[in-house]
Amino acid sequence: MNRRTLMATAALGLGLVFGGTVNAAGMDKVKACFVYVGPVGDGGWTYQHDQGRLAVIEAFGDKVDATTYQENVPEGADAERVLTQMALSGCNIIFTTSFGYMDATNAVAAKFPDIKFEHATGYKRDSDNVSTYGARFYEGRAVIGTIAGRMTKSNKIGYIASFPIPEVIRGINSTFLHAKKVNPDATLSVVWAYTWFDPAKEADAAKALIEQGVDVIVQHTDSTAPLAEAAKTPGVIGFGQASDMAAYKPSPRVSSIIDNWAPYYVKRIGALLDGSYAQVDSWEGISAGEVEIGEITDAVPADVKAEAEALRDAIGAGTYHPFTGPINKQDGSAWLADGVTAPDGDLLGMNFYVEGIVGDIPQ
Amino acid sequence: MFVLEKRPSPSQFWTYATPVLAVILTMIAGGAMFALLGKDPFIAIRTIFWDPLFGEFAFYLRGQLLVKAGPLILIAVGLSLGFRAGIWNIGAEGQYIIGAIFGAGVGLAVFPTETRWIFPVMIVAGAFGGWLWAMIPAILKTRFNTNEILVSLMLVYVAQTILSKAATGFLRNPQGMGFPGSRNFSTYPAARNVELIQESGMHWGVVAAFIAVIAAYVLLQRHMLGFQIKLAGQAPRAARFAGVQPTRLVVLCMGISGALAGLAGMFEVSGPAGQISIDFASGYGFTAIIVAFLGRLNPLGILLAGLVMALTYVGGEMASTNLNLPSAAIQAFQGMLLFFLLAVDLLSNYRIRLLNGRAV
Repeated sequence: MNRRTLMATAALGLGLVFGGTVNAAGMDKVKACFVYVGPVGDGGWTYQHDQGRLAVIEAFGDKVDATTYQENVPEGADAERVLTQMALSGCNIIFTTSFGYMDATNAVAAKFPDIKFEHATGYKRDSDNVSTYGARFYEGRAVIGTIAGRMTKSNKIGYIASFPIPEVIRGINSTFLHAKKVNPDATLSVVWAYTWFDPAKEADAAKALIEQGVDVIVQHTDSTAPLAEAAKTPGVIGFGQASDMAAYKPSPRVSSIIDNWAPYYVKRIGALLDGSYAQVDSWEGISAGEVEIGEITDAVPADVKAEAEALRDAIGAGTYHPFTGPINKQDGSAWLADGVTAPDGDLLGMNFYVEGIVGDIPQ
Repeated sequence: MFVLEKRPSPSQFWTYATPVLAVILTMIAGGAMFALLGKDPFIAIRTIFWDPLFGEFAFYLRGQLLVKAGPLILIAVGLSLGFRAGIWNIGAEGQYIIGAIFGAGVGLAVFPTETRWIFPVMIVAGAFGGWLWAMIPAILKTRFNTNEILVSLMLVYVAQTILSKAATGFLRNPQGMGFPGSRNFSTYPAARNVELIQESGMHWGVVAAFIAVIAAYVLLQRHMLGFQIKLAGQAPRAARFAGVQPTRLVVLCMGISGALAGLAGMFEVSGPAGQISIDFASGYGFTAIIVAFLGRLNPLGILLAGLVMALTYVGGEMASTNLNLPSAAIQAFQGMLLFFLLAVDLLSNYRIRLLNGRAV
């Protein structure tokens, strides 16, 4: 907490005592700006961030100017330029919504100490004005994994993975653990697509998996191509990723993991307005509404649906952690003892498969 | 009505006038597109072409023009030599990536050694990487007569896969907690491509681009190789009689363009971009093809064309953030530039004769 927010808290306290509206360090109006890695119309990652931006306008109306955003910003020098332009043109808070903007965000933030920077999915906070935020998508994967384990008839689940990074590996492990829990015969085949969004590559990966006899496809890539591919083969199901992908309801899309950034964006800009803003490293999940499970369709039997929803609610209530021991690593060595839940540090740097997954993580 | 009549020789006037005409036509058609999107076309065009040079934030953006134009010019100069000789290297993007990986690889291999030799060795390694990648289509063409357009283009996709592998595997930052991306050169002074004058945008890659422009100009005007390149493009048979060896020319032109693209990649990764990342390649290799043609395959023209292209990028970004223009509209605007250039190119080789007898 820096001096400014201390003062703000004090002022807020005084305000409450005297019933007035003293608000020394708050702001009357906030200009919030957004940097996107893809087009708003991608229907996935960037679309969901833009929905968050619109929610901010909805929540604060005249008190916020959140009309400034830039799509398709490449990483590196271009991101630095866009950020600098935004900082020069009067943005008070800038959200950089992709991991690749990490170094650019920190470099520009160092030059503009009065402007707040919020970097999604990163870990560097070199100066006081940089916060980082992410979402616990592995919580959603646990629910999806449960449905996948119950639904597969061939006992073969396919996973279209993007890049071998902790975020993706966490999702694979969470899916597998929960599929295995409800179906001990379930196996998982992982295909590395080396892309976040490439419909052609994703379709190829889905096709290859279906040919291997996979009948449930989980994807960590953003296009609807795997669902379109699944739709061609009766009995194959999949899940929406990042956004609901409702066009493929009720099957092959039987449920989805939805990124919902609105609660976080509203909270942060609200904090800037009322003066309670402080640097954070935020990592929220189902309980904060940042990870949502899209409607489970009628293609899923009622008991499976009820089981998945109960798991979702248990995670949301904090009574269940998706990584609860006993869990061994792939090589058989112990990771978590019976009843122990995974520390965040282990999860953030996760670079191993859990026991039972076949294949290696590419190095 | 009118007919097209081939000129006995290309018109000198139109050769120089068509790029200007293309820019003007792009402004008109682009302005119409912006108007259809509900934006004031005059403000949009002013934001793109005027504000980065003379607007409120010009002090910062002028330097950014050089950052953006540097790699475009460096790559385009190399490509133009081959294009003049009828050798079509479409894969500069791949050579740019491989040059960056080679250059960064050398620098990262000796991290954190601090000696003044690291950066020069990285420059050589970057050029070598690009050259090596260009030699694949060059040798396949000279040995097996494969089509260099297809091979060099396909190798871009191979290079992109190697880039992903580098960012998530062999060049990954060991202290990056398993996240993709190499170490950042901004924290490694000996290997850093520094900004030579603060906030000027001037880095060694821009210097290299200016040197390349001058060298290419001298080569084409004063050197035997330049003469052979021009001859091979204009009259292949005559070139054969004049003793030009096609094989040697292919290897030389592909090699030079590959090395320059590799250099551009190396300067970019160690300077403005700062690190090898999954999305390091942002299309400079392809955009440079447009720059080469916009500049009439002439080194000085390319210098200007690179700056104009950079202006559409930097100004386009301004328009996109400040006026809420979709980024696709800016890309369409840039596409129009090439479209009109190729279309009005007709005027340098043909004249339009109206049927009532007057020629234009």
